[in-house]
Amino acid sequence: MALEVTQILLNAQSPDGSVRKQAEESLKQFQEQNAAGFLLSLAHELANNDKPAESRRLAGLVLKNSLDAKDAARKAELAQAWTALNESVKGQIKSALMSTLSSNIIDARHTSSQVIAKVSAIELPQGQWPELIGILLANMSGTGAEHPAHLKQATLETLGYVCEEVSANVLAQDQVNAILTAVVQGMNIAETNNDIRLAATQALYNALGFAHSNFENSMERDYLMRVVCEATQCPDKRVRQAAFECLVSISSTYYEKLAPYMQDVFAITSKAVREDEEPVALQAIEFWSSICDEEIEIQEEYGSDFTGDSEVQYFKFVKQALPALVPLLLETLTKQEEDQDQEDAWNLAMAGGTCLGLVARAVGDDIVPLVVPYVQDNIAKPDWRCREAATYAFGSILEGPSVEQLTPLVNHALAFMLNAMKDENNQVKDTTAWTLGRIFEFLHGPNIEVPVITPNNLPQILAVLLEKISDSPNVAEKVCGALYLLAQGYEDSGSSSPLSPFLQSIIQALLVTTDREDAGDSRLRASAYETLNEIVRCSTEDTAPVIAQLLPVIMQKLNSTLDMQLNSSDDREKQNEVQALLCGVLQVIVQKLGSSEATKHVILQCADQMMAMFLRIFASRNATVHEEAMLAIGALAYVTGSDFSKYMQEFYQYLQMGLQNFEEYQVCSITVGVVGDICRALDEKILPYCDGIMAQLLQNLSSNQLHRSVKPPIFSCFGDIALAIGEQFARYLAMAMPMLQGAAQLSAQAVSQDEEMIEYYNQLRIGILEAYSGIFQGFKNKRPDLMAPYALHILQFLESIYVDTYRDEAVTKAAVGVLGDLADTLGPSASSLLKNSTFYKGFLDTCQQSDDQSLKETADWALATINRLLTT
Amino acid sequence: MDNRLAKPEGRVHKRTISDQQKRRDIALKRQSQGRRDLQHHARQLVSLAVPPSSSSVFEEHGAVTGHQEAEAIDIQSSESSVFGHEVDVVAEKVEGWHGDQEEDAIGVVEATRLKGTKAREWFKHQFMIPEWMVDVPSHLRKDWYVMARPSGERCLVVSSNGTTVSRLRNGCIRHCFPSALPNGSRTRESIAASQVFCILDCIYHEPQKTYYIIDMMCWRGYSLYDCNYEFRHFWITSKLEETGVLGPTSKFHRYQFSIVPVFECGKAGFQAAYDGDVPFERDGCLFLNRHAHYVLGVTPLALLWKDPVSSRYHVDTDRIGNVPAYQQIVLELQDDGTVATCDQPGVVLGSMPQDFLLKNKEHLQAGMLLKFTIGDKGLSILDGKPVTADIHYQGLANRFRAGADSVSKVLFQYAARHCPLAFSDILAAIEASDDEMDI
Repeated sequence: MALEVTQILLNAQSPDGSVRKQAEESLKQFQEQNAAGFLLSLAHELANNDKPAESRRLAGLVLKNSLDAKDAARKAELAQAWTALNESVKGQIKSALMSTLSSNIIDARHTSSQVIAKVSAIELPQGQWPELIGILLANMSGTGAEHPAHLKQATLETLGYVCEEVSANVLAQDQVNAILTAVVQGMNIAETNNDIRLAATQALYNALGFAHSNFENSMERDYLMRVVCEATQCPDKRVRQAAFECLVSISSTYYEKLAPYMQDVFAITSKAVREDEEPVALQAIEFWSSICDEEIEIQEEYGSDFTGDSEVQYFKFVKQALPALVPLLLETLTKQEEDQDQEDAWNLAMAGGTCLGLVARAVGDDIVPLVVPYVQDNIAKPDWRCREAATYAFGSILEGPSVEQLTPLVNHALAFMLNAMKDENNQVKDTTAWTLGRIFEFLHGPNIEVPVITPNNLPQILAVLLEKISDSPNVAEKVCGALYLLAQGYEDSGSSSPLSPFLQSIIQALLVTTDREDAGDSRLRASAYETLNEIVRCSTEDTAPVIAQLLPVIMQKLNSTLDMQLNSSDDREKQNEVQALLCGVLQVIVQKLGSSEATKHVILQCADQMMAMFLRIFASRNATVHEEAMLAIGALAYVTGSDFSKYMQEFYQYLQMGLQNFEEYQVCSITVGVVGDICRALDEKILPYCDGIMAQLLQNLSSNQLHRSVKPPIFSCFGDIALAIGEQFARYLAMAMPMLQGAAQLSAQAVSQDEEMIEYYNQLRIGILEAYSGIFQGFKNKRPDLMAPYALHILQFLESIYVDTYRDEAVTKAAVGVLGDLADTLGPSASSLLKNSTFYKGFLDTCQQSDDQSLKETADWALATINRLLTT
Repeated sequence: MDNRLAKPEGRVHKRTISDQQKRRDIALKRQSQGRRDLQHHARQLVSLAVPPSSSSVFEEHGAVTGHQEAEAIDIQSSESSVFGHEVDVVAEKVEGWHGDQEEDAIGVVEATRLKGTKAREWFKHQFMIPEWMVDVPSHLRKDWYVMARPSGERCLVVSSNGTTVSRLRNGCIRHCFPSALPNGSRTRESIAASQVFCILDCIYHEPQKTYYIIDMMCWRGYSLYDCNYEFRHFWITSKLEETGVLGPTSKFHRYQFSIVPVFECGKAGFQAAYDGDVPFERDGCLFLNRHAHYVLGVTPLALLWKDPVSSRYHVDTDRIGNVPAYQQIVLELQDDGTVATCDQPGVVLGSMPQDFLLKNKEHLQAGMLLKFTIGDKGLSILDGKPVTADIHYQGLANRFRAGADSVSKVLFQYAARHCPLAFSDILAAIEASDDEMDI
């Protein structure tokens, strides 16, 4: 049943497009006509040492893609198709794959081990292919021609991939033990073949998650740690790097087991940071960053009091290592590259500075005396590297230590920093502006008692920032960031802000920046617009006229993008980017001016023009623009209220389009939210559009292609619609209720330890409950009877929430609200149900004890409503 | 694993700002807040905010509180002949509260969204503010009531949802406490009716820790804003007696509430209000026109009058109680640089020099409150309104000020320093209007 596919596979890689296309066609045809034969042919091709490497590689790749996909629904489909195959076909494919592991061709071995892992991911959880681990381990024992080094290497690689694919509970402990034994043997210092050592070390990296019980046992743990530490000294730098990666992974997975090894690990990592090649040194730094992450998380989760008998394991490794660790990290800071301001760049200096910042957060005040002398010694040196490193060190420790410690330092340094913005070196200026931003972020704002920024120094700060915003793009981008954080600190300033007198000139400077020729570099244009957003958000009543003047400027800019000449895909991309940014600014302005009665008219006057532009932009159909324009429209609807109805006829098609955008589910999700905005704005005037909207929403709910995160908001949106159109929602009940009931059942059954799923089910419940609330409230006045048939089910759903110990506060609140709404709307017809269902007493009683005032109030109200019902 | 120099996941070097998520989050917050507000409104959990002279607010209550409505109608039919005024009964537009939002500049739906600053901003406009009595209105005896005004802090007292909140003239909360007002505490009786709320106009008298009730705008969820004062006065005495509001304090009724005695403004009534025995320190007399609705802002249908006998504050004092050498007034800066009183429309008493405005344009803008003194040249008055004033700029007004002075206050205080309107003048006017009546 296998066919000769070599030529087709080669043709599929032909440079000639038509040949390639034809080959792809025939592969597809083959697959559709005879899936089993197709897979078998591919497996044989991959296993056959007489075939060309190119066709073998592609055969493996197509095979792999027939077993797994990124999309969850597609992945499940493929797994099902594989499981359904004839046993003997599967057996033949698997043995072909296993035999390929001993091939001389490295590519074939490598591809085969990946495919084996994919098969194992489908079969092992179902209890199939029990012999797999045994066969692989057998490859590892014995020597000589039967078991050549390359077979061992490929086998270790396969073991690693298998461990990566399957979850820990799938393998039995004795299988795990056997795998670890084989892996550790391959890593051992006695292993002279570095390819084997590398494959073993990489396999261990993937197997670490399985080794919990081995790490509980001190002998096994000692042994594992010794082997990993020895591998960090291997002559082959690939092995050293992989070994440090293992250490990084161990530091987060087995933090509480590390104490006995820390002294050795410190010695190893510091030697690597100082002496080893950069990729290795970076991993050594990453080890400490990871330890910092752990200790920061422990402190955040448990607060600062750790008693002697505390169950929390908090060893203060960073604090203990501090006197040696800080100098080590400071040394890395002067290893900058000449030109390092590229996105995604990563080098020793960056890693060291980042780690220093984490150390500061982990230990707080203790870091200050260790870093300050370094800053003082280097900040004025002639070598720019020293100046930049000193500034970077200073900026890095601004988060973590107490405000009391930092304030005098910053007061002392501020004038110097402002002066350093005139440094001759670009990177020094870049880091200085970043540091100013950090000062504004952590030492400025309403919560800071002794402000660092005062009416005296503010004018000078702004003068420097507004001058340097015209520096090179990377510096200007950091200046924008600093302005953003400066403005943020003046949030909630009341009716006037210290920034008010400068607002006009800040806005002017930002607008000029957005128009720079080089604004496309270093994300400068985006930063300038986003800073403008924050400036608008933090502006106060007294500068409302300035913001009102900004509105037509932004509208003009957006308008001119519509007429941009588009000669290339680059032009198109730029147009999209700029439109998205401008829509963002408009959204923020609409929200700002629309939220006050005194300024609302400014928005209302421009609403027609704005809406016309948004509609034109929709015509360009780019996802990000779509999203930003959608958000702006939501804000506009909120301000215009029922006047928004005049735009509906034209806008409706794009609303539909947004709801249909499954692929960019963010867009879909945002559109669902905007439907809610429009419901609240239009009230019953939305009725003519509801049939179409509801049909689409119901379709979205039934689709398994739509990202699940959009589904809870869709249910909430049902509530919004019901509240807007009242008893008219009756026509959708027959469709909507089964969906709601099905989802309610799903969320009630879910017993899951998976935090992500618990979170999702809580979101789902909130959506369902908001839908019920909206429907009850919408029906209350005219058709209270319509919901009576569903009352029992809804009470059962509420009871299932009551008994769930994992329910979160927001779910509780929404559930209590629905309980009251049910009694309030159904009235006497709910009396007997409520009399028979006593759980509500306990539920409401618990909620009345809550510290959350609004939960208490809702519970009080619900109880009063029920009592009134039951006593009359 | 060939991530040679790749950045480890989650590590960021010199994090740059990103605003997009913030924009999304803010939109989501707005949406869920909007949804919550509507739900709360539907559940009548938030009924603190009542727009003036609009019965649309009470639609929902109309549906729920049928028995109260019937009660109101009963009273109306039996009493309307006495009072000659229709009680503003709860409207019956049961189809819902939505759809009527545009009726008022700030409808209840908007108002209920308010918190913090915005709630303060809203509440500070919910007071009826008496003019100062600069000359005596005619028909005092026929059309007016008079009461001794307790000294203290003017408050709106709102009971709803099991708690009672008092708010000062500037909108800030004074107390949050349990009271025996309907739905004013979390006791079994009062919590049972969650759609019920009350709004009272009071003066809080600190020495006695007592709220003196001078007016009532809402009772058990329905509006008295559009009722005349005579009816409101009747309602205050009859309704408050029925409930335990005037009783002794307790765990569920933290502050004493008392009614200020009100007299018809004849000679005897005025005399009693002026120096009769009252349990509190007096701060002048408050005159109320019996036909007046409870209107928001300054009204000539409520008048305040003081002299040295009836008030120790009859001339404005500074913070430590001294009478300043020159009369101080607070005016609002207008768009055109003039400064005016808080009346609608404001009375312009002067303008700021152009060069001063230019020099301070960063700091000064329309709407700000400025403090002035009235200099030796004083005011010149034509037809009861000042036409020119010798005012001298002193600086910004205290930031706790709710608004500028009214023209009547400026005039009253001016008169108090020069030729005050005396007790005997008012008494004479009452006698004169008695004569008129005889004719």
